[in-house]
Amino acid sequence: MFPWLTALIAWPLVGAALVGLSALGRSRTGPASAGVGLARPLALLFSLVEVALLVGAFAAFDTGAAAEHQLGATYAWIPQIGVSYAVAVDGVGLLLVALAVVLVPLVLLAAWKEQGRDEVRLRRFVGLVLLLEAFMVAVFCARDVFLFYVLFEAMLIPAYFLIGGFGQGAGRRKAAVKFLMFSLGGGLIMLAAVIALYFLGVSAGVDPSRAFLVDELVAVDLGTTAERLMFVGFFIAFAIKAPMVPVHSWLPDVAGNATPGTSTLLICVLDKVGTFGMLTLCLPLFPEASRWAAPLVIALAVISVLYGAIMAIMQTDLLRLVGWTSVSHFGFIILGIFTFTPLGTAGSSFMMLNHGLATGALFLVAGFLVSRHPEKSQKIADYSGLRSVTPVLAGTFLVAGLATLSLPGLATFVSEIMVLVGAFGGSPAGSAGWAIAAVPGVVLAAVYVLLTYQKIFTGAPAAGLEALPDLRLRERVVAAPLVVGLLVLGLVPGLALTYVDAPAEQSVALTTVDEPADDATQMGSDQ
Amino acid sequence: MIESEFVPPEIDWLALAPLIVVLGAGVVGVLIEAFVPAKARRATQIVLTLAALAGGFAFVAVLWPQIVAQPVQVLGGSLTLTPFALGAQGIIAVLAFLGVLVVADRTATGQDAFAPTASAVPGTSYEDLARRSGLEQTEIYPLLLFAAGGMMLFASTDDLIVMFIALEVLSLPLYVLCATARRRRLLSQEAAAKYFLLGAFASALFIFGVALIYGFAGTVRLLEIAQRLQQGLPLEGMSVLLVAGVLLVVVGLLFKVGAVPFHAWTPDVYTGAPTPITGFMAACTKVAAVAALVQVLYRVSIGVQAVDPEIMRQLQMVIVVVAVLTMAVGTVVGSVQTDVKRLLAYSSIAHAGFLLVGVAGFNAQVQSSTLFYLIAYGIATIGAFGVVTLVRERRVTPGAGEHNGPVGDDGVVLGEATEIAQWAGLGRKAPWLTAAFALFLLSMAGIPLTAGFIAKFGAFTGATTGGLWWLAVLGVLASVVAVAFYLRLLVVMVFQRAQDDPAEPQVKLAEATPGAAPGEAEVSTSGAVSTGATTGAGATATLTTVQVTTAQRIEVTVVRSRGPAAVAIAVCALATVILGVFPSPVLALVEQASKFVP
Repeated sequence: MFPWLTALIAWPLVGAALVGLSALGRSRTGPASAGVGLARPLALLFSLVEVALLVGAFAAFDTGAAAEHQLGATYAWIPQIGVSYAVAVDGVGLLLVALAVVLVPLVLLAAWKEQGRDEVRLRRFVGLVLLLEAFMVAVFCARDVFLFYVLFEAMLIPAYFLIGGFGQGAGRRKAAVKFLMFSLGGGLIMLAAVIALYFLGVSAGVDPSRAFLVDELVAVDLGTTAERLMFVGFFIAFAIKAPMVPVHSWLPDVAGNATPGTSTLLICVLDKVGTFGMLTLCLPLFPEASRWAAPLVIALAVISVLYGAIMAIMQTDLLRLVGWTSVSHFGFIILGIFTFTPLGTAGSSFMMLNHGLATGALFLVAGFLVSRHPEKSQKIADYSGLRSVTPVLAGTFLVAGLATLSLPGLATFVSEIMVLVGAFGGSPAGSAGWAIAAVPGVVLAAVYVLLTYQKIFTGAPAAGLEALPDLRLRERVVAAPLVVGLLVLGLVPGLALTYVDAPAEQSVALTTVDEPADDATQMGSDQ
Repeated sequence: MIESEFVPPEIDWLALAPLIVVLGAGVVGVLIEAFVPAKARRATQIVLTLAALAGGFAFVAVLWPQIVAQPVQVLGGSLTLTPFALGAQGIIAVLAFLGVLVVADRTATGQDAFAPTASAVPGTSYEDLARRSGLEQTEIYPLLLFAAGGMMLFASTDDLIVMFIALEVLSLPLYVLCATARRRRLLSQEAAAKYFLLGAFASALFIFGVALIYGFAGTVRLLEIAQRLQQGLPLEGMSVLLVAGVLLVVVGLLFKVGAVPFHAWTPDVYTGAPTPITGFMAACTKVAAVAALVQVLYRVSIGVQAVDPEIMRQLQMVIVVVAVLTMAVGTVVGSVQTDVKRLLAYSSIAHAGFLLVGVAGFNAQVQSSTLFYLIAYGIATIGAFGVVTLVRERRVTPGAGEHNGPVGDDGVVLGEATEIAQWAGLGRKAPWLTAAFALFLLSMAGIPLTAGFIAKFGAFTGATTGGLWWLAVLGVLASVVAVAFYLRLLVVMVFQRAQDDPAEPQVKLAEATPGAAPGEAEVSTSGAVSTGATTGAGATATLTTVQVTTAQRIEVTVVRSRGPAAVAIAVCALATVILGVFPSPVLALVEQASKFVP
């Protein structure tokens, strides 16, 4: 069988090596526009071929068994410490891989006019984007805890350079360092838990040369205290990445200082690693501890929903606002995961995809808007009355905004309802109450989206903005797939739900305490 | 006397071969100084030195399968070749080879990092004359060989007296080498004096410890000490001799390792010594010292464990405390440094701490993970100091040719630009070099997919296996702090604009994002202020302020080396990546090193 996942991981790496490394050789002594301008077309070509590979992977994926990890490949990588190169995806993983693969060409296209004309700088930029793509795809496929950790950390390096080196805000370096320190700090705590997991796994009889494989570790009974400690280690790392209150504070800075394209990749795809990790590592590996922590996690999730929304309303910077809305949405996703109901978990999985489409659209359209301002201002107050000047831009922004506030008929509505209904019937104590508490988040979302739209697009055009050009063809090509995706998935959610329903049921079954868990340990000891 | 007849000892010459090649070449090097004409001397020395180190490594490789199958003792245990010891020898040979490549490097105008004669002021016509007439310090090459040979012996002996001799053989050349810097001569000599005084003190403690141990056990052979303990040597009332002796020996070794509280010499010596020597010293000495420490501790522990586990526990506690202190001081003090060499010195202290975290686990696997750590640390260190040697100040004077020093393409190349603020914008001036340096920093910080990560993983795993999981957690926390200070340097290099950079990129940036320009200006101004402040404050900085006058201006440049340093840096960078992504072959090799525990 063709190794689809390995190909999906390797292809952008090849692209990054080809395009990116060629940039290192030239020093910056010559005039700024040296080179033939091949960087962007080449990168776009690579990312489009990657999309073709993705189609192949979808074709090879058996939707009837979406709960199983398919298209797998396992090779010994560092046998001395039991590390394998193990990749496989279930339905959720495949959807997230798809999100990453689809967003990259759009981001490249959206950034077509950014970063100047300096070929060397451009090659570095697109090289980093492709490198990030490879890591993102790989992390959603990883079925080895060590491999997951390695990618989880390695991803930060291209992201760090994209924020700090190519961002557009004055505080980009600070934002980059803050991002890296938060993520690395969380990652290193996770490392301690990874090492502990290895030892407990080996002492429980797992073959030392396969000691990091998730499938092997799931069967291990860790003991209550160890399990809880390790859950905390993993969860902190994921919560920072997700980002969840109170460890979210790096996100608005990044959103305000990175380019919209970088923010899209970072917040819409890379941060999903946090919630994806909770779903595919925390829950199966530490089922008992997950239930133990669920009440606190749910409370924090709902606080994230409300706090993120309120902070979004108070923002004056458009891109920071979009960043804060994500804090709110990630709260919903986490809420759904920790309700332990098939409906809520499936809703969360679906929402990971939808949030990527909706927020990605919002970031990119906001980026188009900012790039039109004569001073590239990100301040909402600097805009007004643009509906008459740039009607298509206004319309696209409205659709993306409505998707963010979960308007019925759009995909985000389906997933948000699933999460809330799931939470209402969730098994952790008091989750119904928390579900009710989260509902105002939906209303607040309407406030921040509609208020922003009103300020920017209604009224009389601000001075100096009367002649702004509307969305160009390139920009329409960027926005169209996202808008179409949101509409189609809103009207026919079954397209995506076939991929997430079965994994959700399985994950809930794994965390249901009594009989199934016992079965799992039985199977483990039989080996 | 009955035994008047001389009985020649049985000597396994092959086992001695790596040492003989390296030390013998050192002796030949001294003869070369005397007999080879001045013009050919430098080239001969370099070739001989590199060949000797390569030959030493080749013999290590030849010996490896034999030693892995069966360790040997030569000359009654003066040389005990276990796979661990042989592995350490091999690592020292490789790192010394890379280090010598950096030492041998010269700029396009033919200057290296060493003073041609003691009284020559750098950049003067007198110095140039001295250099042209062949007054070069080519003695550094035999000295390096003696130091490397001493290290290889130090790492592989079972006899405490031989270990002491090896300690002196490796230290004395290093004291001299520290004093040979071409620029910042006083600092260099001060560094040598400090190193010598503190080193002599440590040697005294070491030999005193050996005396106490001899008083207790009646032998200076580690394995015999362990055997006698196991056979039930009376400990009552006498254990103080053993404990005090072992502690004093360990202190002597920790001094060489550069562990807190015996680290005080490290920053000054690393800063003052000529940078290529610093790289050699930082990498190779650490390998030798850590290897010796592991052997002493583990061999003694075999015996002590059998007799009195309590003493063993206390010994472990000492190492744990030192490890924690070392990590804390290395990372915290390191994060406020303003000089690249001092920063790397504190980084080296922090790494001593991480190494000790693994060592404190006291189990067999630690030996292999320690060796791997030493490889990863060594290549990153030599590479990083190699980069430092290439980043220089350049005095640009209108009408450059009239100046009295040797003149390069444009302007006079001065000393190294070691202020961190001066490294701003290096990413634009020399992308490859910066990429390599960033790689070394990331490896030292322990970021995955670099050698440093696998190394750190091994060290922390070692501590956890030994039951010290909380020490591993502390190590992880210290890593976070360490990341912060490596990152600081990275930010300056990659993201900040150089103070002497022409305004060209400003235009480009303005076109992309006009809002960013004021922030830029702010950063570069504050950078200049801090540079000025440190110049006033410390003697470490020489000409670091950026004087933008019409007469002359000093800017930071990357010199084009004649090649060897660039080769060394490239090899180190490549090895860092390969060991990070495909560490299996090397891990398999070092795993064999832990097969025989004693």
